[in-house]
Amino acid sequence: MKSRRFSVSRTLIVLWTAAIVVFLYIPIVSVVVASFSHKRYFSFPVTKWTTKWYEKAMASLSVRDLIETSLEVAVLVTIFSVVLAFFGALAFARYDWKGRKFYQKIILLPIFFPQAVLGLALLLWFSAIGVTTSWHTAVFAHMVWIVPIVTLIMSIQVYSFDPSLEEAAYDLGATRWQVLREITLPILSPGILSGTIFAFLLSWGNFPLSLFTTGADQTVPEWLYAKMVSGYTPMVPTLGSLTVGSAVIMLVLAYLVYSVIRRRTLKE
Amino acid sequence: MRRRRFFTWLRQPGVLSAMPATLFLTVGFIGPLVMVFAYSFMPPRTFSLAQAPTLDNYFAVIHESYYISFLWSVWLASLTVALLLLICYPIAYGMAKLFGKWANLVTILVAVPLLISENIRLFGWVLFLLKKGILDGTMQAFFGIEMPSLLYGVPVIVLGLVYVYLPFMLFPLVIGISMVSDTLKEAASDLGASRWQIFREVELPLAMPGVLIGAMLTFILALGSLAEAKILGGQAVIMLADDIESAFTFAQNWPRGSVLSVLMIVFSGGLIFFLFRRIDLDRLLGGR
Repeated sequence: MKSRRFSVSRTLIVLWTAAIVVFLYIPIVSVVVASFSHKRYFSFPVTKWTTKWYEKAMASLSVRDLIETSLEVAVLVTIFSVVLAFFGALAFARYDWKGRKFYQKIILLPIFFPQAVLGLALLLWFSAIGVTTSWHTAVFAHMVWIVPIVTLIMSIQVYSFDPSLEEAAYDLGATRWQVLREITLPILSPGILSGTIFAFLLSWGNFPLSLFTTGADQTVPEWLYAKMVSGYTPMVPTLGSLTVGSAVIMLVLAYLVYSVIRRRTLKE
Repeated sequence: MRRRRFFTWLRQPGVLSAMPATLFLTVGFIGPLVMVFAYSFMPPRTFSLAQAPTLDNYFAVIHESYYISFLWSVWLASLTVALLLLICYPIAYGMAKLFGKWANLVTILVAVPLLISENIRLFGWVLFLLKKGILDGTMQAFFGIEMPSLLYGVPVIVLGLVYVYLPFMLFPLVIGISMVSDTLKEAASDLGASRWQIFREVELPLAMPGVLIGAMLTFILALGSLAEAKILGGQAVIMLADDIESAFTFAQNWPRGSVLSVLMIVFSGGLIFFLFRRIDLDRLLGGR
């Protein structure tokens, strides 16, 4: 009797989970569908499918500019954040030191902070210290939010890291640099990889921080928002779909890299 | 002597590796917050900090109708948290206890949308719910039912908030529920506790850190949200973040915007302080 009731509630939970996952993908599928619709103003069912908006987007110089700015910001944010967060995560989870509990809470604070307000505070800060906003300042702004997130992601991996491996290497006469290169980095590489993905894609898709800190420059999410609010063009779903596509490609690549790493470590 | 002690503390590998990120956040996070706080005491519509401090802005904010947007934000954020708890608890339970290997798949499926810009996903809802959009179009084509207008109102803002912040509730809940040991629940059951009693007396208290983190995180993020009300709500409701933005931009009144930001920071900061006193991050994240 008990086990039957158990299996009924189990089925319900599975169905509910499936429904919510579908719910999460409704808007994403909607954007992709709209990007292939022929009409200037979207209506459903789609009467004629087309790829002309993609051709137009590819040919447009302003779209190329937007993508270039977004890429520049995201690449720089990723490089700086991953380096800062790697050491930040070691301090978070690997070493024991006085002040660590306090540090853990301070470092996570920006995640718990409304991004729009953070963006405005940064705008105020930049103009008060006399820095003109451009995509360079957006890199800085993104990092304030992304460094803590990447630190958190990497920390989870660092917690499961066995410090005695490093100690053994030191005992065998390895230098600090050798230990970092041969032991610490390879073992933590899955955490570093997922941190990199998150850093890149969160910066690539960020809107509230960019809105206030890019100055005269514009990123893809900013442009999309401007067009959604006024002056709709069918390029909105098209560029939206392109960013969805690039996110999916990144994730697939990351998965491939991850499985190569894992196969190599298993061999050793 | 004390200086020497400071330097030995400083030379620890933990302190050294904490240094870059800490310095960066001091400049990039603490600095701007102090600046906002300082501006909130400057005379209205001024752009420099070189004036005698005043409380005028605080009085002005209390006397004007800002409490409306503040109350709307608090109410919508609370509603979002309540709905998310109901929606996510069964899923989190399934991911922590029932799904086994499949839990990883669910994690990936829930995390992937996070990597797509929030306003693209919200715009997807517009396309779905629009008149002649995907929902309305399907209903008309297959069932001949015309849907009433679903966009631009309070319910659709709540939908947007629930949609955007769902992962931020789900993942902490999963961590929380996986901390509940099954042997304890079996023991309670052997002692004759009913299912409801086990849930209330054993499972929920043990999963509390995860529940608290999820609830706080989603509450604070929803409280400061901007895009949901703008893209889906069509300005049916003005949220607090919206007021802050227009004070800084259209109205060019930095001290006014600063006061509103300080109110939001103090309110959310109080909640975070309460939260951080009650949880141990090492145990939660590292299982120590």
